Amino acid sequence: MKKKTPLQRYIPAVVSLAALGALSLIMPEIAPRAGKALVNQLTSIALVVPPIFMLLGLLDVWVPRDTMIRFMGPDSGIRGPVLAFLLGSAAAGPLYGAFPVAGVLMKKGASFHNILIFIGAWSTTKVPMFLFEMQALGKRFALSRLAIDLVGITVIAFAIEKAVPKKEVERIYALAAEEDN
Amino acid sequence: MDTIFLYGIALLLFILSFAADRQKTKKAFSKGLKALEGILPQFIAVVALIAIMLSLLEPQTISRFIGSDSGPLGVILAGLIGSITLIPGFVAFPLAGELLKNGAGTLQIATFVSSLMMVGVITLPVEISYFGKRAAVLRNLLALAFSFAAAFFVAWAAGI
Repeated sequence: MKKKTPLQRYIPAVVSLAALGALSLIMPEIAPRAGKALVNQLTSIALVVPPIFMLLGLLDVWVPRDTMIRFMGPDSGIRGPVLAFLLGSAAAGPLYGAFPVAGVLMKKGASFHNILIFIGAWSTTKVPMFLFEMQALGKRFALSRLAIDLVGITVIAFAIEKAVPKKEVERIYALAAEEDN
Repeated sequence: MDTIFLYGIALLLFILSFAADRQKTKKAFSKGLKALEGILPQFIAVVALIAIMLSLLEPQTISRFIGSDSGPLGVILAGLIGSITLIPGFVAFPLAGELLKNGAGTLQIATFVSSLMMVGVITLPVEISYFGKRAAVLRNLLALAFSFAAAFFVAWAAGI
């Protein structure tokens, strides 16, 4: 990420909030719904996101790079993807919560393939969501979707790995490494 | 529910960490805080965009587009709506279940659910800042294509 002044960093946030405000003024009939949606989303972020980042801080401080490389690095064998699947599926929170976690995993030396598996699992095989899906859409629906998701996540991970040049992957990893410190 | 669980785990680990090493725990806390502040502006932008999207796109509108008799066009729309919307699971699954009960096709609903979970157009800026444009856009495109394929499988498997 390029270094920006604090004020610049908040420009997109301010613009989007202003757009929401303008929309509510132009279409007063949607204002209550927009307000409710905003409050709902903000509370869910305020609740779910802070503990994720606190856990990230702990992960960053306590898990040595060697350990991460051993378990999720390029030479972790079958252990890496399995662990990535379990980590992603055990997660809570929306998909955008997964990206910072992926950043720390990269910094610690997890392989790009395993990161992609992790993102895939977080997006669609989360355990709480699965239980919810079973209840709302039926066992067959949820189970068959889970089965095909396992295949899809793996295929997508391999495809991205093939399609993204090594240089770009190195750039992404360098980005993750300079994230803090 | 899982929020309480999340806080429980975070708290427990922090207590353990604090007992083991105060200095490291302080560092972990400030690292977490710093990372959170780093991404906060983007999160706020995403939240505002979600609110705009939710206020323009009512559940009834979604049902009209991907409900019963929406046909092949409905499947495509289901994929597109799923990609651009970001609806929390506890809203999306009951909605999808309701649609399914009211005669919407499994194909449309499965496409909607898969693309909703795997594709995130609104959150793309956040994804790009961690993964770069190329990998992030590619992941979303592949996930969208996969959502259609997965829907055919689910419709078939749920029907046998």
